Amino acid sequence: MPGPTVTARPRHIARAGTLPLLLLAVAAALFVASLIDAAWRGSSTDLASSRKLVAELNLTDLALFTEARYTRHLSQADRHTPFQDHPLALDHFPSGSLVPPPQRLQQP
Amino acid sequence: MIKIHDISKVFNQGQPNEFWAVRGITLDIDVKRVTVLRGPSGSGKTTLLSMIGCLSRPTSGRIFLGERNLSGLPERFLTQIRRETFGFIFQRFNLIQGLTVLDNVMLPAYPLAPDHGALVQQAHALLEQFGMAAKRESKVEWLSGGEAQRTAICRALLNDPQVLIADEPTANLDTRLSQEFMHIIDELKAAGRTIILTSHDPVVSDAACVDRVITLRDGQVQDS
Amino acid sequence: MSHFVRRQRYLIDFTLASLGRRKGKNLGLLGVYTLIVFLLASVMLFSQSLRREAGLLLENAPEVVVQRMVAGRHDLIPADYLERIGKVRGVVAKYGRLWGYFYDPAVQANYTLLVPRDRQIKNGEMIVGHGIARTRGLGAGDYLTFRSAQGQSFAFRVADVLASDAELVSADLLLVNEADFRAFFGITAGMYTDIALEVRNPREVRKVAEKLSVMLPDTRPILREEILRTYDALFQWRQGIVFVLLGGSLLAFVIFAWDKASGLSAEEKREIGILKAIGWETGDVIRMKFWEGALVSLGAFLLGYLAAYGHVFFFDAALFAPVLKGWAVLYPRFHPQPFVDGLQVATLFFFTVFPYTVATVVPIWRAATTDPDAVMR
Repeated sequence: MPGPTVTARPRHIARAGTLPLLLLAVAAALFVASLIDAAWRGSSTDLASSRKLVAELNLTDLALFTEARYTRHLSQADRHTPFQDHPLALDHFPSGSLVPPPQRLQQP
Repeated sequence: MIKIHDISKVFNQGQPNEFWAVRGITLDIDVKRVTVLRGPSGSGKTTLLSMIGCLSRPTSGRIFLGERNLSGLPERFLTQIRRETFGFIFQRFNLIQGLTVLDNVMLPAYPLAPDHGALVQQAHALLEQFGMAAKRESKVEWLSGGEAQRTAICRALLNDPQVLIADEPTANLDTRLSQEFMHIIDELKAAGRTIILTSHDPVVSDAACVDRVITLRDGQVQDS
Repeated sequence: MSHFVRRQRYLIDFTLASLGRRKGKNLGLLGVYTLIVFLLASVMLFSQSLRREAGLLLENAPEVVVQRMVAGRHDLIPADYLERIGKVRGVVAKYGRLWGYFYDPAVQANYTLLVPRDRQIKNGEMIVGHGIARTRGLGAGDYLTFRSAQGQSFAFRVADVLASDAELVSADLLLVNEADFRAFFGITAGMYTDIALEVRNPREVRKVAEKLSVMLPDTRPILREEILRTYDALFQWRQGIVFVLLGGSLLAFVIFAWDKASGLSAEEKREIGILKAIGWETGDVIRMKFWEGALVSLGAFLLGYLAAYGHVFFFDAALFAPVLKGWAVLYPRFHPQPFVDGLQVATLFFFTVFPYTVATVVPIWRAATTDPDAVMR
């Protein structure tokens, strides 16, 4: 049997948990920073020029979905607009699947 | 002194395959001696060993460690005693695959949460003593039989136990390594530890350092 | 206390070393989990931000818009309806609005033409929204030519471009004066697209709407609160695409948890037996498994959320642009405002971390509580 040997004493043994825990701690700190950032930056100053335009031009809708007329002015749509071309024309624009009908049409 | 008083252990009690592994054994095991439990498979020696080492509880009877009655203790205290008093070497070594030699040796001390640097030094000293220091960063699945055996010994000795328990320690070793193992046992005995082995290997039971051989058959001690 | 912390640290060391044995597989698992959280958090942050923005932007929309319906469809409204409205209590101003759509076949884009009340625009000139200017490369002085309803060509010269940071409301707008608008669309002088009313007291708006529906039975009023509710519902998680994504992600979480919870392999059972045999308590084994589930899911949550935050608020939700754009040619360029709904973040955290952690711990319960002598066999 190999007798006692002398090998260099380990100066520093890395622990398996050190790196992952450090990364987690950094991620947690960044998470908190993001919450603070949201609280800090979420003011409406950047919206000022848009708000002004809405008031000036009496706009009623966001210009998010410009591909079809009934998705462009969501709040002004009625039951016919999705089927504008033909009674059997199915709702074929991709935005149609993202966009629900205006609220008042959903009420009895 | 370890006193065993009328110990019995049954498996699958009340079912058709009910099996009494140990029946009514009464024994005294001397400290600082090497005791070997000998017998064929099915004789109950492994069951008896696991009860002595607090790995399982007897169905009936009592075990005393010194003045302490182990049988009635709740699991937590039993684990504590197991950790402090007993060191185990299993037949198939039972090292955690995928971890290094050093990691495996340090594992028994994790629940005690010592200072990490001190723990590493302690483990390293043991590895040096048994010639495994050079392989401390090797994964255990790459070790030879003898190296794995020595790693298992180091792990068993980490918490400086009073009693060392080994179940069929030479079953997976050749004659030369078996003799080396008994040599280690002799040194440990000289250092003042109590050693209990089970084996049906004559290299073990006929070794010079063995103080007492107890023969078991069908769950009972054979007077010899 | 510090003994407890040190002990947990050791358990964490073991569990991470244990995960590190199959580094590729576990990193892949973490990666996929993070991706799901990223997707879900991105949608959540984006829709929350837009919801709030829509609410803030459309606060100044007209209080009541009166739309005329013919055979159930939106039709032009005669100017004399303005007189018929007369003096309704609470209405401080009333005026006709002129706006409409134009489909430009040259670029397959829809424009919204609008006649502004307070801007002076010369004949033959127009003010374009920044989205049109950007997409078609227009600047002041450039011309666009359209074919009118009667087949004539109308050329408009760009007099000005609307603010670039107002694209969300004005990307596709074309402002022209009333004469040009009427000539182009062939709308006679006595008709408007709809009528807008200003009501000073918000509590009177409903009463005004009721009176209008009696007074003008072939019209219907659209209230500002309905406009706001429409957009609020659009970005609500209970509807549409957000709901589908939520459902899909929850299903993915369940699959992960199921895989974890579907029992231990013989190898895992054996290892737990070994740990107990060498001196680990049941509590240690369970806590060690808890750390495994908690650290992986917490890591996935934090990384996914941070990536989502960066994606939505620093990269303007670039991945969603194609989805929202659909077939549109004009898509507004805007910066979502950072806004975080604490409740939704907490819910996401709960669903990410809790089921996975529980699913990791529960199956080992039995193995952790049995006597370790099974290891001897």
